[in-house]
Amino acid sequence: MLGNFDFDVIRRALPYLFYEGMTFTLTLTALAALGGLVFGTALALMRLSGLKLLGRIAGLYVDFMRSLPLVLVIFWFYFLVPYIGQWLTGASRPISVGAFASSLITFIMFEAAYFSEIMRAGIQSISRGQPAAASALGLTYAQTMRYVVLPQAFRNMLPVLITQTIVLFQDTSLVYVLSITDFLGAASKVAQRDGRLVEMYLFAAIVYFTISCIASFGVRRLQSRIAIIR
Amino acid sequence: MNYNWNWGIFFQPNPMGTGTYLDMLLSGLALTLKTAALAWVIALITGSIVGVMRTLPSKGANWFGFAYVEFFRNMPLLVQLFLWFFVLPELLPKAAGLWLKQLPNAPFWTAAIGVGLFMSARVAVQLQAGIGSLPRGQRMAATALGLTTVQGYRYVLLPMAFRIILPPLTSEFLNTIKNTAVAITIGLLELTGQARSMQEFSFQVFEAFTAATILYLLVNAVVVTAMRFLERWVAIPGYITGK
Repeated sequence: MLGNFDFDVIRRALPYLFYEGMTFTLTLTALAALGGLVFGTALALMRLSGLKLLGRIAGLYVDFMRSLPLVLVIFWFYFLVPYIGQWLTGASRPISVGAFASSLITFIMFEAAYFSEIMRAGIQSISRGQPAAASALGLTYAQTMRYVVLPQAFRNMLPVLITQTIVLFQDTSLVYVLSITDFLGAASKVAQRDGRLVEMYLFAAIVYFTISCIASFGVRRLQSRIAIIR
Repeated sequence: MNYNWNWGIFFQPNPMGTGTYLDMLLSGLALTLKTAALAWVIALITGSIVGVMRTLPSKGANWFGFAYVEFFRNMPLLVQLFLWFFVLPELLPKAAGLWLKQLPNAPFWTAAIGVGLFMSARVAVQLQAGIGSLPRGQRMAATALGLTTVQGYRYVLLPMAFRIILPPLTSEFLNTIKNTAVAITIGLLELTGQARSMQEFSFQVFEAFTAATILYLLVNAVVVTAMRFLERWVAIPGYITGK
């Protein structure tokens, strides 16, 4: 029971948990969200480009990624990336990629599929008159996207994009399967070293809960602000 | 690529003595489906109750529904599984904790319940949205006809709401199947877990993961097709998806 709950083990582990673990988790989340957004937008543009083949490829990629469990994708890339690296650099043997790089590539490729669906909805939510007006003004396709369509799509979809990033933040905990020291990995290492599973896992749960709660509260406020302006 | 491909590996006997490597993967697939099915039943039942609570004209029920959804949505699934698997038995009275720890198939039950409750929050949100999307008049008409609140939900609101949210429920069901893979961390040998152990035994990484990938894609295709039939079958006349 909670009688022999040891708060001190948490206090002692705090620097390790946050400097090592949380830094990894947050860096991975931020970079993966950014990369996923860029690739996702590219995929969405491919799908909406009107070029059959390009749209087909992007659609297949998105459907493929979305029907696989993230854990399996993490394993896939963990083993595949060294071989891709070898192929790209022409090295004689599979190159070793760090844990961080491997998981970053995984999450960018995986999240791109989800971000692309969000951006596609965002782009489609823009009224047809907008790109029509842009081309009437003599803007090229690239300029239309860059100055007219994408800024609005991005803004309309901002709450959904942030919500997806919160999901991503929680999903990064799955790098645990590669024994990487992210926040949960750090908590679990301390838990196993000190035999304090209850304290460490409860603490990890509370930290994840607090961060996600604050973030989703922020999203709700943002949503109502955007709703008023529009 | 200097990787030794060996697609014949699937027909070689696995070191556990349970047949070939293919049998190993198929038993993993069966466990994935079993876990997902039980989890989905839990998710549907609890999710429906919580979703209804969020729409009831009662402050207390609303608040409970809100707290429930926030609780299960704001923690990673992996952490939730750890809480059920490692933490809960320690927090219970000694006898109950011991019983829980010695339960045969503990990873299976933990995974099914953990994934089920995790998904129930999502089902609840969908159902709330579905009920919310019905015109207000439906609820009022039910009351005007003299139906009680329970009857109103049973005969008027829920039959409509469930049919409206069928497409998002399909993707939540697919998510349930995919999420069972997280249970590899508590030692459940479902499809991803079996692919992983096949890789460890045979060193044929890419064959193992390719097979698992194909099996997941197949399951996906079957579910999507089946749900499309179901959608057509229960479609509401007069709605866009209706006849």
